[in-house]
Amino acid sequence: MLSVEVTAQLDAFALEVALTVEDGRCLALAGPSGAGKTTVLRAIAGVLRPSRGQISCGGQPWLDTDRGIDVAPERRGCGYVFQDYALFGHLSAWRNVAYGLRGVPRAQRRERAVALLARFGMEPHADARPLRLSGGERQRVALARALATEPRALLLDEPLSALDARSRASAGRELAGLLRDLDVPSVLVTHDFMEAALLGDEVAVIDGGRVVQRGTAAQLAAEPASAFVADFTGAAVLTGDVLAARRSEAPAPEPLTRVALDGGGTIATTAAGEGAVAVAVHPWEISIEPAGTVATGSARNHLDVEVISVTAIGNRLRVGLAAPQPLAAEITLDSGEQLALAPGMRVVASWKAAATRLMPR
Amino acid sequence: MDAAQERARRRGGVSRWFPLLLGVALAVALTFLVLPIVAIFVDTGPGRLIDSLGDPSATDALALSLETTTIAIAIVVLVGTPAAYLLATRRFRGRELVVTLVELPLVLPPAVAGIGLLAALGPRGLLGGALGGAHIQLVLQTAGVVVALVFVAAPFHLRQAQTAFAAVDPRWREASRTLGASEARTFLRIAIPAAMPGLVAGIALAWGRALGEFGATLMFAGSFRGITQTVPLAIYDRFATDFDGALALSAILVAVSAALLLSVKLLGRDALR
Repeated sequence: MLSVEVTAQLDAFALEVALTVEDGRCLALAGPSGAGKTTVLRAIAGVLRPSRGQISCGGQPWLDTDRGIDVAPERRGCGYVFQDYALFGHLSAWRNVAYGLRGVPRAQRRERAVALLARFGMEPHADARPLRLSGGERQRVALARALATEPRALLLDEPLSALDARSRASAGRELAGLLRDLDVPSVLVTHDFMEAALLGDEVAVIDGGRVVQRGTAAQLAAEPASAFVADFTGAAVLTGDVLAARRSEAPAPEPLTRVALDGGGTIATTAAGEGAVAVAVHPWEISIEPAGTVATGSARNHLDVEVISVTAIGNRLRVGLAAPQPLAAEITLDSGEQLALAPGMRVVASWKAAATRLMPR
Repeated sequence: MDAAQERARRRGGVSRWFPLLLGVALAVALTFLVLPIVAIFVDTGPGRLIDSLGDPSATDALALSLETTTIAIAIVVLVGTPAAYLLATRRFRGRELVVTLVELPLVLPPAVAGIGLLAALGPRGLLGGALGGAHIQLVLQTAGVVVALVFVAAPFHLRQAQTAFAAVDPRWREASRTLGASEARTFLRIAIPAAMPGLVAGIALAWGRALGEFGATLMFAGSFRGITQTVPLAIYDRFATDFDGALALSAILVAVSAALLLSVKLLGRDALR
């Protein structure tokens, strides 16, 4: 188990993070750029010394500022995949991998390194310099190099962000499989929620140097603890004020909270709250009906909105709406065609009260 | 032709004469810089060159120059490279001051360097007593030549090496550490090979400077044939009485310097493979 509790002063704010990762599990540290994610990785690897903290892995203390323990990075045994891989440019791919093979006889090093490269389908490129490799190939060499040392923990800093969109999908799948088979704790840094959801068993969202929420990707999407987390998981976030808390309306089966949105419109939610709030709703919860439709079905929220943009993604349509706060809906291509959606059109956006999350702001 | 076309034609004219000006400037600079070197070889002639090689005072000077510069460059590389690494990779208070102090000999007139060395290491200098007690004699000795060469040549290598180390991606050092390499191993296996082109350039510059060193050596070590008279000093020695001999020796120095720089560069390129 990897256990981390560190405090470090960054340029704009103090980083204060505590987290634990079980063996064989992958924790995705997600959050915006400059939130302090990479600093956490660097502190775990030992290439950055936090002002205070305790880090231990597999029962061995790596850092304990109170007891004056600070194990050198080369003795911690962290596999570290750097953001743009940091492959040694003056060494061929196999020599990059062999660099960490200590205690292996010189004659067997090439064989061992090439075998590791072969695990990632990279043995044809064993003699190539990093500069001659594509982004995806470099990523695989970097993974082979990090795993060559049989690390006690694996750290990955934005392992997919240097790849183009096409190789990212396949590299992501491969990496997910690799992480499943790994029996040491791993920590992955990403600014992309989908990547965090794909690769992390759990996601910890960091903002402003603190973990604001931790849970599975599904938990985060269903119950975001803050407007930031909701926005991060891809939900539309609207701001407003609670009108009268839990004023129940017949024949509602449960008490509803009504929120007056900034800029106009009122919505209902099953969540409780008071005062100034943020409301989050995921695009796939919203359906679109022609303007003037009489409310039917179970949706309690109906807003008159203007269509701003219509973008087809596969067999789905992403519809940008002005409510007048920005809102996004994801509907099927078919229903979009039936509605003949076009920018400037006025429509009704509907969603269930139960699909509406409420967070203080 | 209307006004717009006329303007376009004039602009076309501008873009033609400017590259021409750049070319002329380069031609003038090249002629001026190469002419004296060409003149040395034209005036000497191959026969005269070979004759002067038979002159024992010339071979003595050449052997001494090669010996002293090799020792001096070895010292500069062994001490200067780790020092430059420290300056390039660590941030500490007073770092800028240290960098400036290290570079100071670059702008010192050679005569000042000679006087300074005498005042520091001469028999009555700052450390003169200590050196005398240890029976180390520098002034008017071959060792003194090496000291003078190290003093004037070291900043060239230090500066170049510092720039070269600073240009190596700092994450390579971190990656090396996470892969189990100590800081010393990282320095030897990652930083030095990655910075090799810059280090070689620094060595070439320092060696060139050492081969041509004149003023500080003359003042600190004197000009005694076989002991402290390096090639530049031998050239100056002959200059008044034997211009042709001075010319021949100059040609040899140019050839040796060029050969040294070339081989150092080739060596550095091979080291990267």
